[in-house]
Amino acid sequence: MKDFAYARAGSVDDVVAALSDPGTAVLAGGTELLNWLRLGIAEPDRVVDIADLGLDDIGGDGGSALVIGARATLNAVGGSPLVAEHAGALSSACLQAASAQIRHRATLGGNVLQRPRCPYFRTEAPVPWPCNKREPGSGCASLAGRHERQAVFGGTDGCVAVQPSDPAVALAALDATADVVGPAGWRSIPMREFHLSQAEAAATGEPMREHRLDPGELILSYRIPVRGDRSAYVKVRERASYEYAIVSAAGTVRLGDDGRIAAARIALGSVAQRPWRLDDAEAALVGLPATREALLPVVDAALPDAAPLAQNAFKVPMARNAAVRALLLAAGGAA
Amino acid sequence: MEFRTQVTVVPRVNGDPVRTTVSPRTTLLDWLREHRGLTGIKKGCNEGACGACTVLVDGLRMNGCLTLVAQCDGREITTVEGLSPPDGSLHPVQRAFAEHDAFQCGYCTPGQLLSAVGCIAEGHAGDEGTVREWMSGNICRCSAYPQITAAVLAAGEGERR
Repeated sequence: MKDFAYARAGSVDDVVAALSDPGTAVLAGGTELLNWLRLGIAEPDRVVDIADLGLDDIGGDGGSALVIGARATLNAVGGSPLVAEHAGALSSACLQAASAQIRHRATLGGNVLQRPRCPYFRTEAPVPWPCNKREPGSGCASLAGRHERQAVFGGTDGCVAVQPSDPAVALAALDATADVVGPAGWRSIPMREFHLSQAEAAATGEPMREHRLDPGELILSYRIPVRGDRSAYVKVRERASYEYAIVSAAGTVRLGDDGRIAAARIALGSVAQRPWRLDDAEAALVGLPATREALLPVVDAALPDAAPLAQNAFKVPMARNAAVRALLLAAGGAA
Repeated sequence: MEFRTQVTVVPRVNGDPVRTTVSPRTTLLDWLREHRGLTGIKKGCNEGACGACTVLVDGLRMNGCLTLVAQCDGREITTVEGLSPPDGSLHPVQRAFAEHDAFQCGYCTPGQLLSAVGCIAEGHAGDEGTVREWMSGNICRCSAYPQITAAVLAAGEGERR
């Protein structure tokens, strides 16, 4: 690990000022940053620790939204009765992420900024094979090699990695927003738009960009609208615990007086470099009974733009099934 | 705010305050082993995947490899060396591991013990499924999981009694 200089910020202004130097990285929990430093994914000259800034409250804003500080740990968010009541999918996603000891350190702010788990990307420098994220222009070894866990939406010839965050999927389905601050002041980013697929990134002119947080910006908190919907998160993986998702799904459901779906939202995880919302299905679900028979064809019909690679076509029906299970769980039924 | 290339902090290690000046990149894992001579903590994967470096920081289990010493100013660090009382007797969790034969080679055991102490303190030791879920951050390549689970359940039961 390269040496760096360290400072503890006394204020958010300290952080923003420090980040004006592009060789500066933010340290929150450190569970991701330390591995970047070891692998050479990041090589900052300076690290600014935000441990003294608070920013870890979990509370309401008086009724219309749940507000969660960016430094709240995954265990704190996952263990919060308030989050469980108003944002069950987020609670569940946090507790299904990583391990108990990592969740004591990892923060909700840092979690959504984690980088792909593609093994060709996560290797120690110098990278021995092509990877456009590590060596721009070198190519993508995964496309020619193993790619069974890679994207089925939004990938390009340059990269097919997926965003692995569980909480990000829940935040996208819950219509959460991130409050961020930077040199230009404060702004709010909808979490369903926070991450970029490779195709979207290519359109911005920065093909390896993974999210809309600008350099020099810091996430301060998340705001989750409280609408009385119920939500659930389903994570499908190769071992029962402490493993990244093959696919995942967050679903929210509000049932009408007739017991049928009045509103629903779905975000798929680990199928793209961003949580993948199914807007068409969300509209088509309204008025349906919350049964597997009713939901499955509607979710299925929302996936025609899936573009699986040679090894990962299985992810499309798997994601569809996970989405149906998440909706059924959110509706209070058996899944 | 000043960026420094050497950081002085005073964590408490197993109850004793220790003043130390380190390069900021020094992990808690490397510092405990190399600077403090506390070799109970193990460097298994050095990336947060195995849990062999689990210690308690202010009573919460954390991976020493994912923690910088610079982040530990004023924190209480508990390693396996500090788990048993000074009279040399075993901590109840250690006794439960011995009674249930919850290890083979022993490499992962210090991390398992501290994780178990944390797991029980968090209230996640009530049944087998919960223990397995909340102990999943500690890998045992000898695969002593059934015995480890039994030991955690027994130690948790003993605490509640």
